Amino acid sequence: MTVYFMCAVLLMMGLYCLVAKKNIVKKIIGIVIMDYAVNLYLITIGYKNNGVAPIIEKTTSPELLERFVDPLPQALVLTSIVIGLGTLSLMVSMVIRLYEKHGTFDMSQISKLRG
Amino acid sequence: MENIAPQLYTLLVFMVIGSVVAVETKNLLSAVISVSAVGFALSVAFLFMGAPDIAITQLVVEVLVLIILIRGTILLDNTAVETHGDTLAVVASLIFFGLLLGFGAMIFGSTGFPEFGEPVMRVSRVYVQTGLPATHAANIVTSVILDFRAYDTLGEATVLFTSVIGALALLRKDGKVRREEVASA
Repeated sequence: MTVYFMCAVLLMMGLYCLVAKKNIVKKIIGIVIMDYAVNLYLITIGYKNNGVAPIIEKTTSPELLERFVDPLPQALVLTSIVIGLGTLSLMVSMVIRLYEKHGTFDMSQISKLRG
Repeated sequence: MENIAPQLYTLLVFMVIGSVVAVETKNLLSAVISVSAVGFALSVAFLFMGAPDIAITQLVVEVLVLIILIRGTILLDNTAVETHGDTLAVVASLIFFGLLLGFGAMIFGSTGFPEFGEPVMRVSRVYVQTGLPATHAANIVTSVILDFRAYDTLGEATVLFTSVIGALALLRKDGKVRREEVASA
């Protein structure tokens, strides 16, 4: 259970960074940390004691099949990681354009300099 | 691999410390590098938990994240961050944390949340048993991605395509010039 709790702590760290910091790059870093926390949580939920990676070899016996960790969260997390990269590139390109227009990363300054 | 708990807790403590540094440091470049260290620790944790595919993907994606974030920060000569202490945000985060724990206890407390190391595996048992005969893929994760749940992967490709198109549209060199800018120039 402590593992899940520490995943929640990591999630809250990212949420705090997203909410409290005024700098846009810090906000992006908060989103990235939240992404990591969710991925780690999903993988830990699929871990089995004495588990092995779900890859079948020629020497794999039916008993070893019972020791496989859950492959379903792994497949979904694989999707999630790549989507995280795509959204991150979109966010960073927005930040680069915002910096070119306003000359600052500060969110309060940017909302002041409207127009 | 009998008991991975000590390694996992070490990595988790490292990740929490790294994210604290990434959140609280004043220099943007060190924040980016700290968040990357968290990602590499995450990759090692995946490797310990029997997920080599995820570990490889996380490693590659982490290098790309580092490159993209450094491109976003280092060329723009503003590495100093002025911090604003905001008590409201701290209170809001703590309230969210409490709500998360409370709802988690409400939802999973009565039905029995699966303990660490004992997954439910109701659907996955079918995948593990029938994966090789049905899809002829030795790697069950691959057979789930590309065969059992191929529509998920199609949706992923759509989202990825959309985000890349958005980033390209934002970053292209010669965009349309607005009429008033032409008039003022």
